[in-house]
Amino acid sequence: MNPLGFPLLSIVIFLPLAGGLVGLLLGGRRRLLGLWALLVTLVDLGLACVLWGFFNYGSGGMQFVDRLPWVQSLGISYFVGIDGVSLWLLLLAAFLSPIAVLTSWKFLEGRPEGEARGYYLLLLALETGVLGVFAAVDLVLFYIFWEAMLVPAYFLLGRWGGERRIYATLKFFLYTMAGSALMLVAILALAVLNLQQTGVLTFDLLALYDLPLAWMAQLWLFVAFVLAFAVKAPIWPLHTWLPDAYLESPTPVTILLAGVLSKMGIYGLIRFCLPLFPDLVQAARPWIWVLAIIGIIYGSLVALVQRDMKGLVAYSSLAHMGMIVVGVLAANPQGVQGALILSISHGLTVSALFIVVDLLERRRGTRRIDDFGGLWHSVPLLGSLLLTVAMASVGLPGLSGFPGEFTLLVGVFRESVAAAVFATLGIVLGAWYMLSMFRQAFAGPLDRPENRTLPDLRWREAAVLLPLVVLMFVLGVVPNLFLRPTDAAVDSLLSRAEERRVVLMDTSDQ
Amino acid sequence: MLLDYVWLIPLFPLAGVLINAFLGRWLPRRLVAAIASLAIVASFAMAAVLFFQMLGLPAEAEGGGAGRQRIVPIFSWIVSGDFVVEANILLDPLSIVMALVVTGVSALIHIYSAGYMAGEEYHNRYFTWLNLFVFMMLILVLGDSFLTMYVGWEGVGLCSYLLIGYWFERESAANAAKKAFLVNRVGDFGLALGIMLIFATFGSVAFGQVLPAAASIPAGTATAIALLLFLGAAGKSAQIPLHVWLPDAMEGPTPVSALIHAATMVTAGVYMVARTHALFEVSLSALNWVMWIGALTAFLAATVALVQKDIKRVLAYSTISQLGYMFLALGAGAYAAAIFHLATHAFFKGLLFLGAGSVMHALSGELDIFKMGELRKKLPWTFRTFLIGVLALSGVPFFSGFFSKEAILSGAFEGGAIVPWLLGLVTAGLTAFYAFRVLFVAFYGKSRLDKKVERHVHESPWVMIVPMALLAVLAFAGGYIGLPRVLGIGSAVEEFLAPVFADSTLVHTAGEATLEWLLIGLSVVAVAAGILAAWWIYVRNWGLAGRLTQSARRLYDLAFAGYHADRAYMEAIVQPLRMLGEGLAGAVEQRSIDRAVNGVGELVGLAGEGLRRLQTGLVRNYALAMFLGVVAILAYFVLRGVLSW
Repeated sequence: MNPLGFPLLSIVIFLPLAGGLVGLLLGGRRRLLGLWALLVTLVDLGLACVLWGFFNYGSGGMQFVDRLPWVQSLGISYFVGIDGVSLWLLLLAAFLSPIAVLTSWKFLEGRPEGEARGYYLLLLALETGVLGVFAAVDLVLFYIFWEAMLVPAYFLLGRWGGERRIYATLKFFLYTMAGSALMLVAILALAVLNLQQTGVLTFDLLALYDLPLAWMAQLWLFVAFVLAFAVKAPIWPLHTWLPDAYLESPTPVTILLAGVLSKMGIYGLIRFCLPLFPDLVQAARPWIWVLAIIGIIYGSLVALVQRDMKGLVAYSSLAHMGMIVVGVLAANPQGVQGALILSISHGLTVSALFIVVDLLERRRGTRRIDDFGGLWHSVPLLGSLLLTVAMASVGLPGLSGFPGEFTLLVGVFRESVAAAVFATLGIVLGAWYMLSMFRQAFAGPLDRPENRTLPDLRWREAAVLLPLVVLMFVLGVVPNLFLRPTDAAVDSLLSRAEERRVVLMDTSDQ
Repeated sequence: MLLDYVWLIPLFPLAGVLINAFLGRWLPRRLVAAIASLAIVASFAMAAVLFFQMLGLPAEAEGGGAGRQRIVPIFSWIVSGDFVVEANILLDPLSIVMALVVTGVSALIHIYSAGYMAGEEYHNRYFTWLNLFVFMMLILVLGDSFLTMYVGWEGVGLCSYLLIGYWFERESAANAAKKAFLVNRVGDFGLALGIMLIFATFGSVAFGQVLPAAASIPAGTATAIALLLFLGAAGKSAQIPLHVWLPDAMEGPTPVSALIHAATMVTAGVYMVARTHALFEVSLSALNWVMWIGALTAFLAATVALVQKDIKRVLAYSTISQLGYMFLALGAGAYAAAIFHLATHAFFKGLLFLGAGSVMHALSGELDIFKMGELRKKLPWTFRTFLIGVLALSGVPFFSGFFSKEAILSGAFEGGAIVPWLLGLVTAGLTAFYAFRVLFVAFYGKSRLDKKVERHVHESPWVMIVPMALLAVLAFAGGYIGLPRVLGIGSAVEEFLAPVFADSTLVHTAGEATLEWLLIGLSVVAVAAGILAAWWIYVRNWGLAGRLTQSARRLYDLAFAGYHADRAYMEAIVQPLRMLGEGLAGAVEQRSIDRAVNGVGELVGLAGEGLRRLQTGLVRNYALAMFLGVVAILAYFVLRGVLSW
């Protein structure tokens, strides 16, 4: 189970939190704390890469498992492990964290020195929460990570957000709480049902995978789980917290919200809904598809008319997440693997886009697209970089967006031609709003004097953006590198769903 | 086997891209241009070597030999379940002809660009993108599957976008670039869906798996696949109704117009239909669509070209029209004729654009032919080469365009497509008219040049003239690879391509010699009439054109505006969608959904009032949610009890 003989996965999960706590001892020096946080996240990323190095591609089960009894009377255990579904999301979170830390340096510069300690602690705690979500196999543990991750997110948004931060926080809070409360109910119900049928009280997901569920029970549980994940992803129309939260958050937090936290919704759908409620997935699929596709088209059209560049990226995220959800619900290898790959790509592109918007805002004091124009002359490198990222985002082959998007569309097409046709509209609309933004901000005459003297990309800024862009190329050119490790896990997950469908059909016949 | 090194062909341009992208800023300008040009020349040399290798092989696969076809594996690109995409190179007569045309014309235009773009600010960007374009184009024509073709397809679209918008500070150029990309994306929407349908039908996207099995699928599916692919082709190759981006694409530097928007990229759709003809042949209605769209585009675009004043716009509409010819040929099953015309068109249209560029270079960027005149004396070399281009485009006997157009028209006639053939014949006359109109107005008559411009007029440097001269040679002699059947010598290009199209089920009965001569005679008459009319109006009776215009004002305006296709798209699609977006962002996003959600929030808030004293701040809400959760659990079990009872 654990080839390393020591709990590397748990170390990866808790290292950021531990680092954040140690950081409290370092005094209030902002620069020192920043360096420390960077070091912690980088070491964590390195360790996560070690996990990848030792990852067994042939196994569809949980790897690097750490399991300790916890509340034995209630059947709760500390049980973490990763498979091909979680591997990349875990690595994505570990990869985006140092980038968020680096982005934080600049953000904290203009603020009181004393804030840094709490800020970095929260940021690192957030990372631990997210990593835990992607690794937890025990459902109570999963829930705890899920909730624990929200607390630092609330505080980061509520304390360091923009002018409307309280409103945005409240909205974000209400949505996510409503979602996770329902999920808790569902988790408890699942365990109780299992207790009734088998006489064993356990929250071990792997054991619960085998629990046969009647149709009505599936329905309630499915709805509860899906709502929690739909809020997080988000799926239209549960997205209205998104523009506020993304716009009001400081850029490092936006990166984590859009790049990583949104993937928790996707991960939940794949990890829980597909294998636990396969019949409901089939039954509810048309409805969710309709909502997700509305999200694609709606998000794109609203992005198209945004005047605020950050708003445009926020709504583009809604459209992209819609595309990913459409793929997941196809519930076949192409749909799920494509969704996973597109999730990574989206994590990279949306982070890079938010960073570029941040760099422009710092230089120019505004994010309004109309205030720019002809910037490609004044900041040629930044412009070329943004164009590359935009192309990755709109799914140009050779860059990261394409393999995932096309693969998932192939998967969707097999299940429903109509869904594929409407989802594919997204590739036209996506290009439309992205190129319109580039056209307005970076092309055209450089007619405003304020825009003429902007400094181009600096080395430190390039150091933040380049890893993202390099990965966009890697993912675009050799997607198989990323697809291979997911093969076995997706396979076993889907065949489990398939088997359960048969079982459930049998029980309904009785 | 040397053929296994075919990957060197795209590797050279890629190396050029990498060198100039990363080091170009610090290299001297001439070196940047030299590296880029050398990369393409090397690529062309490699293609030529492989071509001659291939000629030495038996044409047909026999005795276990693969004939002239090779599949060279590179790597596994995407593998997800049974969705397997190998990045392989397919080398066969069709792909090597395409590679030769692409690299050959590209090499000349790269060299020309070294002179034309010498003074530009983003010089290294230009050459990087131009090399990238060649790389992507080679991926497109050498790829062994629909998806690798799609990679090149979108890649050339990106390069086209970048290069149209090369002078990005100009509003018109920036808009044209965006428009080109988006219209192409509409086409790619069809292409992408077509590929998905192909995979759903055949379980593969590799040409080698799909095309041989094409005949076994139902005609309805085949029609859907073919029409979806054709939507992509119409976008890339600027056929009605997706032609609107090409005239605007002339905002790019003229060598770009020559290379991308005349000689190579826009012919990608023609290549695709030829490559996948097996799919189109399963569905006659799809072939008919291709043929009719091609014929109508050829005719309508030619009528628009008649009245344009901007030399590049004339050439742009001419390109649309000539591409229409190629689709007409494809639809009639005359695949080799389409590829033949693709090649000759690349030569003469590339040449004409380079000539136009040379004129602009000399006249400080002037584009209006009515502000030129008498250029044959001032720009003797440009004039000579341009003349050859005009003769070839018009289809004057013994020039390349004559032979390839003849192959298309006789192919259409023998295929039984009488009305499309007639449209093609009329278009031949119109083509001769507008081509000679440009020649007569710009190069003959009295000089109407601006006095300031006139002082600076100068012939272009040799680095521009030499590529033009070489293209002129090809524009003249390129036709002799495809002599009409009636001469009894046989068409070399048709024979060479025969193995690729051997599976075609469309039987072309060669007409009788008399009929062939008659067809040739008819098109020569049409061409002669066009030339005479142009001479009559623009040389003999200068001023007649103005009077004619006045007498048919509305028709003239209609044609001049390209039948208002742009306005139709703006008013029917672009503006409504933008308004919808505004509506959603304003009314729905700001108010309704938010209000509903906030309402729920307030409700929760009210319910929480009772708990207010217990907790404060966020923790209160947390507790409330937990509380609600417990309530919900109870509710669930109660409900469950009731239901089971």
